[in-house]
Amino acid sequence: MTATATPAPHPTGRTPAPDHRARRAYQRRRSLVNHLLVAPALLLSVLVVVVPGVLTAMAAFTDWTGIGFHADYVGLRNFTDILADPVFTTALGNNIKWLALFLSLPAVISLLTAWLLLRRRRTRTFYQVVYLMPYVLAPVVNAMVWLNIIYNPNGGVIGALHIDSPLSSLHGAIYAAAAVDMWHFWGFLTVVYFGALRQTPVEQVEAAIVDGAGSWQVFRHVYLPSIRPTLLLMGVMTVIFSFLAFDYVYLLTQGGPAHSSEVMGTYAYAFAFSAFEFGKASAVGLIMSFFGLIASCVYTWMSRRQLSS
Amino acid sequence: MRNHSRNHSVKTRCKGVMAHTVLLVFAATALFPLFLVLLNSFKSNAGVTGSPFSLPKSLSLSNFTTAWQYGAFGTGFLNSVLLTGTTVVVVLVCSSLAGYVLAGQKIRMWPAVMVYLTMAMTVPIQLFIFPLYAGVAALGLLDNVFAVGVILAAINMPFATFLMRTFFLNVPKELEEAALVDGANVIQLIHRVLLPVVRPGLITVGVIVGLSAWNDFLISSTFLHDPSDQTVTLGFLSMNGTFSTQLGVMMAGALVLILPVLGVFIALQRYVVDGMAGGAVKG
Repeated sequence: MTATATPAPHPTGRTPAPDHRARRAYQRRRSLVNHLLVAPALLLSVLVVVVPGVLTAMAAFTDWTGIGFHADYVGLRNFTDILADPVFTTALGNNIKWLALFLSLPAVISLLTAWLLLRRRRTRTFYQVVYLMPYVLAPVVNAMVWLNIIYNPNGGVIGALHIDSPLSSLHGAIYAAAAVDMWHFWGFLTVVYFGALRQTPVEQVEAAIVDGAGSWQVFRHVYLPSIRPTLLLMGVMTVIFSFLAFDYVYLLTQGGPAHSSEVMGTYAYAFAFSAFEFGKASAVGLIMSFFGLIASCVYTWMSRRQLSS
Repeated sequence: MRNHSRNHSVKTRCKGVMAHTVLLVFAATALFPLFLVLLNSFKSNAGVTGSPFSLPKSLSLSNFTTAWQYGAFGTGFLNSVLLTGTTVVVVLVCSSLAGYVLAGQKIRMWPAVMVYLTMAMTVPIQLFIFPLYAGVAALGLLDNVFAVGVILAAINMPFATFLMRTFFLNVPKELEEAALVDGANVIQLIHRVLLPVVRPGLITVGVIVGLSAWNDFLISSTFLHDPSDQTVTLGFLSMNGTFSTQLGVMMAGALVLILPVLGVFIALQRYVVDGMAGGAVKG
């Protein structure tokens, strides 16, 4: 295989002339080497993600305890049990609340800040670094900081302001956890959207200004259409990750009080590692993946043009 | 903006002030909790509960030594370094090899590999963690930071391969052809020709994947239970119950974990920002 971008000719495509034999042997060797170069990445991913993923799909229909590998087929019982469980309904509802929050607040804040950064040539690096600081810190650290110094009624900001901790409220806990996750996340979106906004062709922007368009009109009719692919991509990613939310809920509320802030991620995790019902945990995992899979198919379909470019 | 009139220039400046105000408010939002950590890490518990906004009366380091001891930060940092190092090395080797082949479309099934990687990038951890746990336990690899490092490498692999692919797309075709004409083999080609060109890509992938391994919670807390095998973030987490009434110590522990990460991030911020913006824009 040479360095040109054309794919290797099909080996059975035509009868080779004898003087081409050496060249074909060379190409076959190159092709083997190229396959060997892709193999480690693919093998690792298949071993860690695909094989256990298939096992999850099978375990969801069994009473597997996670201890040893013995399990009995129970049909759809795990699914009927879960769908009848009011905690599952709460968890699904919380995932949808999470999704609605993440599609609105961080998106608006990051678009606003990214747009303002376009004109700030000297300070844009400074702002981006500051905005990314919560994003590069560990969820454990962020959650412990908020838990102890902000949401703490004895010694935290909440206590100093004489407000009840939202983490102990049946209605507020999920929003309190989402607030920390959004605080950690929005800076990432700013950097992504700023990177996309910068790729808008200058001529289009200048033409709009010459035509007398105001700042808002330029944003609405030039910049926004220009970053549409990035907006869609981030939207799909937000959908996927909203159904997988785990860290901040688990660390801040453990799904409490009284399961009011449970999300599907924490719900599945408790089945596996508190109740040792790996079968049920797998069923919840499968349901979560279903939402992710829809979004993932949409994403793969949307990026098909980039994949084939 | 040309200053056609004095009025116009005043308006522009006014807008600039407003823009800066908005940007600064959001910068303050991002930094406020971290500022509270700094302020309270030097205070006694009474000092924190008195008011989280007051300045510390002295710069005593006793909170830091207590946190270091009870959070087992010594072993924790060592384990975090071993785990993150494993992840970064495995990811860099495998993703750059695969990214090179995919960028050059050097195998016929490359579109299938791309679709597979796109799907794998969005697979939820909860879809594979339960059987993975049983499998890792059966192999006797629980509490093994290297095994967890490899698992995190596998999870980060699709994203890293995509990013490496975009960097390899920038390698001029002529450069590679010239090397092949000169009779270089694949190893020489990668080492002498490709690596120098994609070095920024390797740094970008290394930093982003390294941060995500260093910060991981779900995988490492599931697979590392023995305190002597836990990462530094897990050691800090284990202090939470015991030190909930010693907020100064908790904040000192948080600061010890925050400073090195922010240090590395600020030193390499160009690569992180470029990787995030570029990776998302180019797909």
